Amino acid sequence: MKPFTYERAASPAEAAAAAARMPGAKFIAGGTNLLDLMKLQIEAPAHLIDVNGLALDRIEPTPEGGLRVGALVRNTDLAADERIRRDYGVLSRALLAGASGQLRNKATTAGNLLQRTRCPYFYDTDQPCNKRQPGSGCAAIGGFSRQLAVIGHSEACIATHPSDMAVAMRALDAAVETVKPDGTARSIPIAEFHRLPGDTPQIETVLEQGELITAVVLPPPSGGRHFYRKVRDRASYAFALVSVAAVVQRDGTGRVALGGVAHKPWRVEAAEAELPRGASPAMQAILADARPTRENAFKVTLAERALSAVLAEARG
Amino acid sequence: MSKVSFSVNGEVRDLELDTRTTLLDALREHLHLTGTKKGCDHGQCGACTVIVDGRRINACLSLAVMHEGDAITTVEGLGSPENLHPMQAAFIKHDGFQCGYCTPGQICSSVAVLEEIKAGIPSHVTADLTAASQVTPEEIRERMSGNICRCGAYSNILDAITEVAERQA
Ligand SMILES: Cc1cc2nc3c(=O)[nH]c(=O)nc-3n(C[C@H](O)[C@H](O)[C@H](O)COP(=O)(O)OP(=O)(O)OC[C@H]3O[C@@H](n4cnc5c(N)ncnc54)[C@H](O)[C@@H]3O)c2cc1C
Ligand code: SF4
Ligand code: FES
Ligand code: FES
Repeated sequence: MKPFTYERAASPAEAAAAAARMPGAKFIAGGTNLLDLMKLQIEAPAHLIDVNGLALDRIEPTPEGGLRVGALVRNTDLAADERIRRDYGVLSRALLAGASGQLRNKATTAGNLLQRTRCPYFYDTDQPCNKRQPGSGCAAIGGFSRQLAVIGHSEACIATHPSDMAVAMRALDAAVETVKPDGTARSIPIAEFHRLPGDTPQIETVLEQGELITAVVLPPPSGGRHFYRKVRDRASYAFALVSVAAVVQRDGTGRVALGGVAHKPWRVEAAEAELPRGASPAMQAILADARPTRENAFKVTLAERALSAVLAEARG
Repeated sequence: MSKVSFSVNGEVRDLELDTRTTLLDALREHLHLTGTKKGCDHGQCGACTVIVDGRRINACLSLAVMHEGDAITTVEGLGSPENLHPMQAAFIKHDGFQCGYCTPGQICSSVAVLEEIKAGIPSHVTADLTAASQVTPEEIRERMSGNICRCGAYSNILDAITEVAERQA
């Protein structure tokens, strides 16, 4: 690790202001992604701002009938919350499908949203990678691409976003609340929060320098049956090859978001009109623009089969 | 350098550390509590599992300076050779290890797993999210998946945990 200075932030606004003021500053929450990357010197912040003491660890009802999930709520606590289990089962399921018990005890809501890709070339500092070192090229294109994106990618980067939680939040139409260094707050729909790689894959979200996530807001419960189906190389403790987050209503309508296929949770609202006709037409519409590599073309078939299993369970 | 104070196995420890020091290195290198092991140093194996304020975490992915005021329990704090924790005794009885390298992490993790089930925290294999969690082999396997055993002692580890769970029930 490169040396860094360390401070505990006193309030969200002060944390954001400090992050904008100190060059090379980063927030640290659970530390489970940031420290991993700092050990590999893929991240090398000069200053760490510890946000754990900011009292952002509560889940509270909103006036609209939804829930406001604090940025520092641990993944374990979010998954185990009674209201989440009852009304937002897809979110509990997605969280429980991710990482391990130890990691979920530390991992936070904000940190999970901002975790970085698991592209093997991003991790290998001897390889060119536009995300790690802008302009250096992309070793994954033409390389080992089995785990990488099939849709929404660019000539610069074909990485996927690894979060399970974010896929469920996309299906639920959550919103990310933040405070900026100048003290102003804003709410960002999850659909707009993560970016596609384009020619700047190093910029992964619409957050500004120093902008702090304070909460994720879930809209009022939508009812329906909730599913998170994650397909991976082993039964537990592995990232998704493909995952399907779905909320399916009695009449066969519903919402579907996919993980493991793109640089952000992938959802095509217009395609959901096809859901009552079955998994095949729906997935054809969701992945209509897919451009897989030879190694990851299986993901397109796998996504359709995973959705098909979800819809069968929803009918059963 | 930065100062931090936390308790380890009931004893308050004051340290002055390079900010880069992980909780794992603080325990092993500075406090010479070498029961907790370093396997991967990247959150992938669970050998470094310790219990902080009642919750199991990977000590390798946590900075020591972020534990001000915390209560940390390592395998040394669970029991001693003369006075074993029931989980330590069960691991010995069921041969829940071969080389033993992953064992302190397995034991800390399994003690916390039984508490998590008691506290009603669901898992990936819990069929009904709104019902109470059960102690089944499937549940224990899933909840212990963050602890890798290179020697493959898994079935004996499962037997040890199951015995302790049954005795507690
Ligand atoms: C072995 C292993 C397996 C894993 N498997 C999975 C898996 O299967 N599925 C899955 O989804 N995840 C998995 N993960 C990733 C894990 O979910 C993330 O590491 C975790 O969610 C990150 O949360 P954190 O609080 O520890 O973030 P940190 O590491 O503290 O921070 C991550 C990033 O978020 C920023 N940040 C943190 N809080 C804020 C805030 N409030 N505002 C703005 N920025 C902030 C930090 O600056 C940093 O850039 C795995 C991780 C490991 C190590
Ligand atoms: S796919 Fe993206 S993250 Fe992977 S090597 Fe290419 S630029 Fe880097
Ligand atoms: S040493 Fe911490 S998980 Fe492997
Ligand atoms: S006993 Fe050798 S690694 Fe588990």
